Amino acid sequence: MDSKIIISGSPHVHTNESVKKMMYKVIYALIPALLISFYVFGLSALILTVIAIASCMIFEYLIQKYLMKIPTTINDGSAALTGLLLAFNLPAGLPVWMIITGSLVAIGIAKLSFGGLGSNIFNPALVGRVFLLISFPVQMTNWPKVFENRLSIADAVSGATPLGYMKEALRDGNITIDEIMNKLPSYYDMLLGFIGGSIGEISVIALVLGGIYLLWKKVITWHIPVSMILSIVIFSTIMWSIDPLHYANPGFHLMTGGIMLGAFFMATDLVTSPMDNKGKLIFGAGIGLITMLIRYWGAYPEGVSFAILIMNAFVPLIDKLLKPKRFGA
Amino acid sequence: MLKTFPKGGLHIPDNKLSEESPIKTIPLPKIVQIPIAQHIGTPPEIIVKRRVRVRTGQLIAKATSMISANIHSPVTGMVMKIDNFTDASGYKKPAIVVKVEEDEWVDGVDTDKSLNENIDYSKEEILSKIKDAGIVGLGGATFPSHVKLNVDNYSTKPELLIINGVECEPFLTADHRLMLEKPKELIVGIKIILKVLGIKKAVIGIENNKPDAIDILEKEVKTDPGIEVSALKVKYPQGAEKQLIKAITGKEVPFGKFPIDLGIIVYNVGTVFAIYEAVQKNIPLIKRVVTVTGKSIPDPSNFWVRLGTPVQHLLDMAGGIPEDTGKIINGGPMMGKAVKDFSIPVTKGTSGILLMPQRDSIRGEVQACIRCSKCIDVCPMGLEPYLLMNLTEKVLIDRAKKEDIMMCIECGSCSYICPSNRPLLDYIRLGKAAVKNELNS
Repeated sequence: MDSKIIISGSPHVHTNESVKKMMYKVIYALIPALLISFYVFGLSALILTVIAIASCMIFEYLIQKYLMKIPTTINDGSAALTGLLLAFNLPAGLPVWMIITGSLVAIGIAKLSFGGLGSNIFNPALVGRVFLLISFPVQMTNWPKVFENRLSIADAVSGATPLGYMKEALRDGNITIDEIMNKLPSYYDMLLGFIGGSIGEISVIALVLGGIYLLWKKVITWHIPVSMILSIVIFSTIMWSIDPLHYANPGFHLMTGGIMLGAFFMATDLVTSPMDNKGKLIFGAGIGLITMLIRYWGAYPEGVSFAILIMNAFVPLIDKLLKPKRFGA
Repeated sequence: MLKTFPKGGLHIPDNKLSEESPIKTIPLPKIVQIPIAQHIGTPPEIIVKRRVRVRTGQLIAKATSMISANIHSPVTGMVMKIDNFTDASGYKKPAIVVKVEEDEWVDGVDTDKSLNENIDYSKEEILSKIKDAGIVGLGGATFPSHVKLNVDNYSTKPELLIINGVECEPFLTADHRLMLEKPKELIVGIKIILKVLGIKKAVIGIENNKPDAIDILEKEVKTDPGIEVSALKVKYPQGAEKQLIKAITGKEVPFGKFPIDLGIIVYNVGTVFAIYEAVQKNIPLIKRVVTVTGKSIPDPSNFWVRLGTPVQHLLDMAGGIPEDTGKIINGGPMMGKAVKDFSIPVTKGTSGILLMPQRDSIRGEVQACIRCSKCIDVCPMGLEPYLLMNLTEKVLIDRAKKEDIMMCIECGSCSYICPSNRPLLDYIRLGKAAVKNELNS
């Protein structure tokens, strides 16, 4: 009897939550947006997702087993989640070898070379995406038109994202926001996700739904999404009220590009965001601000990915400076 | 809105299995083993010898220094051995072993169960009765009560007495049952303490998962304008002194300070009952309520237990030791101590004995920190447990100290919530010990 008695320090009970369960909750939360992307882009979105998830998991396994020679962690769900998020940040129809290259960069460079889950400074999926965007700008901005060629994997007819169209039109000049807006999909389509873009970023409603699920399950807290969205709303409202002819309204900015995907799923990545709640507020606000700076005056039409990666770099500093208030202090 | 402390804390499944079970008086064990170090402070000096017959309630170890407490024989019988034995701390410490013969009380003790409401003693008489009875804090801290009660020791004047009936540890129901079964005695005990402190106001803090105890005590205090019952929201670790004070008064006791610095004195309900018995009945502290519980225990119970009773005896009374026992815990699951066998005796600080089945006793595999910040969210002291663990791991003790590692109250919330099963509190304890060693060297 006595040999079975275990001695250990308190506490002697533990929550049911685990890393794996948390990762799977994020994956579940992404399912509505995934279904919308299949509906809008068809087979090519499915292929993109499967390839990205599979290659991320395989790279994690191979690198951990043969290069790092450590027990593999592919079962914790984090590599699968990175793959899914990478796919969400890529256009449908991207060549398979590019997807695999992006996965290698995400898992091999952004995650494992920093020490694996928990040690990476930058969001792995976003490093993969930005690597591809800079290396292959043409293919990475080749946005298939919605609801076309859904059953084929041949090259789709390319369209434009609302943000891309707006950037170009404004650059050409002699056109007002209202005229541009008339040529863009309706707000209704933007809300549902029937617009061009990376496969996972298009549906505002599906992403918000997933975000609410994560908040309810306490995987994320409200601080980052709220401060990020609020800073975008404030910044874009200021610009819009100064010059409504050349700056789009805040609603347009919120419903296009990667804001919702970024706010609920990318910026809230536990590993690469600050620990303290005040720090989270600053982090989110910084992402919103940088995103809008890039959208307004940058070379790229969209800036969420860059904004998150830039703010990722500030996380160690934020963690150092902002601490919870000690009891009694 | 129910009151609670604002920062940190969490809800843990209650598992109050023995909550409906009235406190039973159990037959005396065959032997009792009475450790003399049962409290914070200097152990008392043993004043009996081997082969001497002692009676129930007889002084057997006498407090010698200011912070110390008397110990009385909990039974009548022959002193068999005076030697070192392993107690709940895991260390061998001096103890007196008495072979139990009968239960013949010393003279002057009123063992009649009737209520004695009239407090006929002066402040000095009460203090000396409490001191003689060897009363210490029964909530777990085991600080000698007469020291805490002596207002002459303080530079700040007390203003408020808080009675801790929170019992936030899962599984434990000893305080809950005591409030249900001895409400009148508790009110008299509170009045005794108020008299000694020379104040009028007391608040009894009880969590809302004990509505019956709240009701009963509210009825009892209706005629006493000075005493009120405060229903608190259920949140661990609200029974921790600083968190309870924050919940009830909104004030924070700073690090290194004591409640009395804010004019507050806190007593656990168990201590209040012991004070009642000592003052009104001349009964020294030789028994306490102990919850014997666990998911596989046939009959989770609350017992009146004579100090020194081996845990084995309590388990026999609760239906026997389950086959699948993997852990024996002295106390609750959050802050209790795992002990190695069933021979350890109940002491003044034992609020419960919890047996955990094998399947719940093994910790999950430790994984990397994913920086989820849940440990920060639940820390009631506003600390960063993940950081304190990292610093301790890297032996950066100075930095751990700067990050206020010494403020940790070891409630275990961080280790409980960590999805990566990281042993946060184990490391923080290690870090605290390292800071203390550095201070000493």
